[in-house]
Amino acid sequence: MLSIENLKAKIDKKEILKGLNLNIKPGEVHAIMGPNGSGKSTLSNILSGKKGYEVNGNIKFEGENLLELETEERAHKGIFLAFQYPLEIPGVNTNTFLKTSINAIKKARGEKELDAIEFLKLIKQKSSELKFDQAILNRQLNVGFSGGEKKKNEILQMSILNPKLSILDETDSGLDIDALRIVSEGVNSLRNKDNSFLIITHYQRLLDYIKPDFVHVLKNGQIIKSGNFELAKELEKVGYENFN
Amino acid sequence: MKQELEMDSRQKEIENLKDYKYGFSTDIENIRAPKGLSEEVIKFISKIKKEPEWMLNFRLKAFERFKQLKEPNWQKPKYPKIDYQDLYYYSAPKSMKDKPKSLDELDPKLLETYKKLGIPLQEQARLNGIAVDAVFDSVSVATTFKEELTKQGIIFCSMSEAIQKHPELVKKYLGTVIPTTDHFFATLNSAVFTDGSFVYIPQGVKCPMELSTYFRINASETGQFERTLIIADKGSYVSYLEGCTAPMRDENQLHAANVELIALDDAEIKYSTVQNWYPGDKDGKGGIYNFVTKRGLCKGKNSKISWTQVETGSAITWKYPSCILKGDNSVGEFYSIAITNNHQKADTGTKMIHLGKNTKSKIISKGISAGQSDMMYRGLVDISSKADNSRNFTQCDSLLMGNKCGAHTIPYIKNKNLKSNIEHEATTSKISDEQLYYCNQRGLNQEEAVSLIVNGFCKEVLQQLPMEFAVEAQKLVGISLEGSVG
Repeated sequence: MLSIENLKAKIDKKEILKGLNLNIKPGEVHAIMGPNGSGKSTLSNILSGKKGYEVNGNIKFEGENLLELETEERAHKGIFLAFQYPLEIPGVNTNTFLKTSINAIKKARGEKELDAIEFLKLIKQKSSELKFDQAILNRQLNVGFSGGEKKKNEILQMSILNPKLSILDETDSGLDIDALRIVSEGVNSLRNKDNSFLIITHYQRLLDYIKPDFVHVLKNGQIIKSGNFELAKELEKVGYENFN
Repeated sequence: MKQELEMDSRQKEIENLKDYKYGFSTDIENIRAPKGLSEEVIKFISKIKKEPEWMLNFRLKAFERFKQLKEPNWQKPKYPKIDYQDLYYYSAPKSMKDKPKSLDELDPKLLETYKKLGIPLQEQARLNGIAVDAVFDSVSVATTFKEELTKQGIIFCSMSEAIQKHPELVKKYLGTVIPTTDHFFATLNSAVFTDGSFVYIPQGVKCPMELSTYFRINASETGQFERTLIIADKGSYVSYLEGCTAPMRDENQLHAANVELIALDDAEIKYSTVQNWYPGDKDGKGGIYNFVTKRGLCKGKNSKISWTQVETGSAITWKYPSCILKGDNSVGEFYSIAITNNHQKADTGTKMIHLGKNTKSKIISKGISAGQSDMMYRGLVDISSKADNSRNFTQCDSLLMGNKCGAHTIPYIKNKNLKSNIEHEATTSKISDEQLYYCNQRGLNQEEAVSLIVNGFCKEVLQQLPMEFAVEAQKLVGISLEGSVG
């Protein structure tokens, strides 16, 4: 589904990714762990198409050259990024935003757009599946949301858009234990043989809930080790600094 | 060589037309007054409209005053000097000489023009239940639903017709809010106004439908001088919609309308405008000068006047729809969205003059500037010494797009009454790249993202618009900002 070959990225002339390789197959859950400044967020930004980076290397998504696609085109193809810091958009109702989003994607795919009733049915179903309080959907997008509400909202958006590849950028940061569990359950409920996940995190804690198939250690712009869930436990014991 | 140049400029004109959705003109022969401004021209206008003597005298009085006035220049957007002798002050489609009795009798070309504007008269009238008084150039061409309104005693007609059929009302109220001795452009209007709408709602009547006028400037070099007068008698209610689009013109065109609203005891007038005149091309060439005087008088106690405007067009917008709160407990409201893009300029806001006791006013202004445009909110809140327990709340928000545009806020606040209070809030923000990225990541392209964010910013004002306008206005907000984010 996704193959990254020798990915290098610079921002403001500073090299952040220094030859990263990664392959994700349909249905797989990959976790990337690494210390601050190792390039984790840069990787998620580049995959989702944020501008401002000088990028070298190859990224193929379902056989297509991802780097040639605009940010929104990547979203249309099924790439979703759960933001570490979801943006506030004053005056825009969360429901309106979600409906605009899903219909923009459907339109780009040549599918029939949802009318108001179909949409309401969908969000009702999804929020009850995820045990989310639907009330937040009537508020302005992320405005005045608590940290936990923002992250839950990202997961709800993910479940409504049903992406092929979901990238979670430190979704666990700032969550209390209950919120962490709810968010993890949300992710788990979306797991199936077709959907893949790339989970970026500092801590093993989230991975206790979402058992990844693979764990990669990102340090200094490269993946220095890959393994299974045991690797995360090992990391937690020795710490990033002593891990080689 | 000369021919080549002409070809070039023609080619350019055609190219420009492609950018402006409403850029077309209809080929209808015009009846025109001779070029220029003089007593003769005013007499010509009055004569062709078969006006009574008092009307002509009203015009001539204004003209005398006009000759003594100087064109103001304190506004922020400057413009090249207008040669008032180089304009036509009257122009009417020829086919209008014999007034049509129904829509079917209209010049098909005229109807087609409206269709291109997206306002098919018949359909709109039939489907929406709106009575439409359409102004094509300077003459009202179609008035619908008149009968239904007549049953309730409501008068909704062109100003010309009102002068003929309801002289007592026109005589009593015309010029009472905007006198012939007012400022330069208002006085010019009083002298040369050609047509406009007249509305009278009798005592205790709630007008059952939204009254609507679409203005349209058509003939080249024609300044438009509309005159609108709305009177809501005791305990009545009316909601009035005014929408405008103009075809492409190379020369700058002056539009100096006067709108007077009068609300008597317990009456309410809601006046909504969507203004989408030609803003000029990307380089700031051409476009309409929108120098309009709009003023409402809350004459009676417990009366209310509410202005809502969505200003997206015109090269220069210079207007301050105002409320004079004379009656005790009267309420004035001003909700505004002003958008400037490319080289557009706007200097707009409101005046709330509190004279009566317990008067309240509310101002919500949303300014959006993009491209190299410049936006100014200028507003006056004046609470007189007699206006005990009066209140004003003002909120002015500016949104900037890019780094070549400007936004300014100048609130003038005068409170001469210790028992009254004024609140003012203002914010300035910018659409961030991060917000756009977030929207893009959710599948919205750049323009959809901008439209969504801006509509969110304007929501409080959009909510004030009647349903018929809200959807159109929302689309317009998106369209006017197209190409503003690279």
